Amino acid sequence: MDTSGSSLFKRSLSKSIYYIVCIVIAIVMFLPFYWSVLTSLKPDEEIFAMPIRWFPSHLTLEHYRKAFTTAPFALFFWNSLVLAVAGVLANLFFGSISGYAFAKLNFKLNKPIFRVLLAAMMIPGIVTMIPTVYVMRHIPFFGGNDIFGSGGNGLMNSFWGIILPGASGTFAVFFMRQFFLTLPSDMMEMARIEGCGEFKIFWRIYLPLTKPALATLSIFTFQAGWNSFLWPMIVLNDPDKATIQMGLQAFSYNFQTDYGPMMAGALVAILPILVLFLALQRYFVQGIAFSGIKG
Amino acid sequence: MASIRKLEKHQARTAYLFITPTVLLFTVFTVIPVVMALYLSFTNYDVLSRNDWIGFDNYRRLIEDSLLWKTFRNVFLYSIIFVPLNILISLLLGILLSRSWRGVKLFRTLNYLPTLTSAVAAATVWIWLLHPEFGLVNGLLSYVGITGPAWLSETRTAMLSIIMLTLWQSVGSNMIIYLAGLQGVPDYLYESARLDGANKLDCFRYITWPQLRPTTFLVSTMAIIGALQLFDQAFVLTQGGPANMTKTPVYLIYQQGFNQLQMGYASAQAFVLAVAILIFSLINMRITKAEESIV
Repeated sequence: MDTSGSSLFKRSLSKSIYYIVCIVIAIVMFLPFYWSVLTSLKPDEEIFAMPIRWFPSHLTLEHYRKAFTTAPFALFFWNSLVLAVAGVLANLFFGSISGYAFAKLNFKLNKPIFRVLLAAMMIPGIVTMIPTVYVMRHIPFFGGNDIFGSGGNGLMNSFWGIILPGASGTFAVFFMRQFFLTLPSDMMEMARIEGCGEFKIFWRIYLPLTKPALATLSIFTFQAGWNSFLWPMIVLNDPDKATIQMGLQAFSYNFQTDYGPMMAGALVAILPILVLFLALQRYFVQGIAFSGIKG
Repeated sequence: MASIRKLEKHQARTAYLFITPTVLLFTVFTVIPVVMALYLSFTNYDVLSRNDWIGFDNYRRLIEDSLLWKTFRNVFLYSIIFVPLNILISLLLGILLSRSWRGVKLFRTLNYLPTLTSAVAAATVWIWLLHPEFGLVNGLLSYVGITGPAWLSETRTAMLSIIMLTLWQSVGSNMIIYLAGLQGVPDYLYESARLDGANKLDCFRYITWPQLRPTTFLVSTMAIIGALQLFDQAFVLTQGGPANMTKTPVYLIYQQGFNQLQMGYASAQAFVLAVAILIFSLINMRITKAEESIV
């Protein structure tokens, strides 16, 4: 009797310790969010107060107003949104159509081309960064260039310079291929017997079946596009074309002591991904788990 | 027979049509740049006027470039601390949160939230967190009677700050990868081990850790490749300072190539970095001894 009582006690003790550890870790991970939200809503004099004011005397949106009036954050937000959405649409289309070809269609160079694509994923981005700028500057017919690719700026300083290099990411192709492989091929045979065209088979029969994969891929691509910083900073020189990450960096560099508006800007830059995550959580997790399992 | 061959031919033609956009983009924005990267590193290309072949001059110059080797030293120091800690923390989080107890999902979500933030926004928030007088970190330290350092402007703590920030941002997604890996460990291994009298530590050492080897290989490879190419956080959080203590190779290449327009020389630097990444990935492959192929 005594032993079972003490083991029950032991079990509930270890369960309590478990939860305490989990809670402490979660607080540490979440504290930066709370701190930045708090700062962005606190009146100025309470931001610079020690000891820490955990709960402000009143909330104010002043910092948000200031951030949006001193820097064109709305424009930056819009630019980033356009770029991220264009990246998602391009990757969904090109990724799924070539992923379908690699998974479902027989052609001689299927395996070799796919292997080359995968192998190229190993090349660090920094190696291709400078030559890609060269290539983009000399793309014929774009941005005032002639047929030999000289005379203008090519794709530099235009949104195309960000959209095109990432329009058919290898991850998208790989991801969609793996998903198409799980779908049966007999629907394809049936449709062919019925006289259905190849594109129609892809577009009408197979693509609708990949909706969960497309959702996961959209989220991944959107997050990558929205958060990217170095490449847009290289391509876009025009301040009117700046993305939200570039705008935020410039803002925090130029207004180094204005922590209220700085936090407001940072939260605006985080918000879309956070909203997307809370709405579509399971697709996020599926995507990461996929890259883990396939790895 | 003839009609089947015709059908196959038609299928192959469709397939090539389907992958054309992907292959075209891949050629223009990956194949050509990779080839050009090597070529540019032997020139004095500066965008505006010069593009002459100068042989090994760039490579001779970088051997004597003490700033370049300092950035390499910085990023190695960073990787040596960041990569093992990253693996350790995400593995522990994965094991901790692999139970299906009540509330565990919420803890997973909270640990995952930081990975959604962009490097720029996260660094902006951390500039304020690490503020020497009014920041959260030093505020918390003052509760226990410690006067915290000026994290970002002291040479001893600047790199530590970047390590903390990047760990905060990356352990969440690696935790998910480990969770997926842990699900793949068959239960009967643990059951039979327990019958043989193994304790929890034995189970971890002889079952969990070896079974997770492919996962660890994936996580560590990605962490190494990412760590050696550190840029965003160093650019926003510390601007490479103080005294170049947090300047990284990518940062230097960016400045050399795009501020000073010495693109030929920057290409040579990028090549050296790529070789370093390759070497460290191979060493890592040896250590984690992943027998299975990655693809």
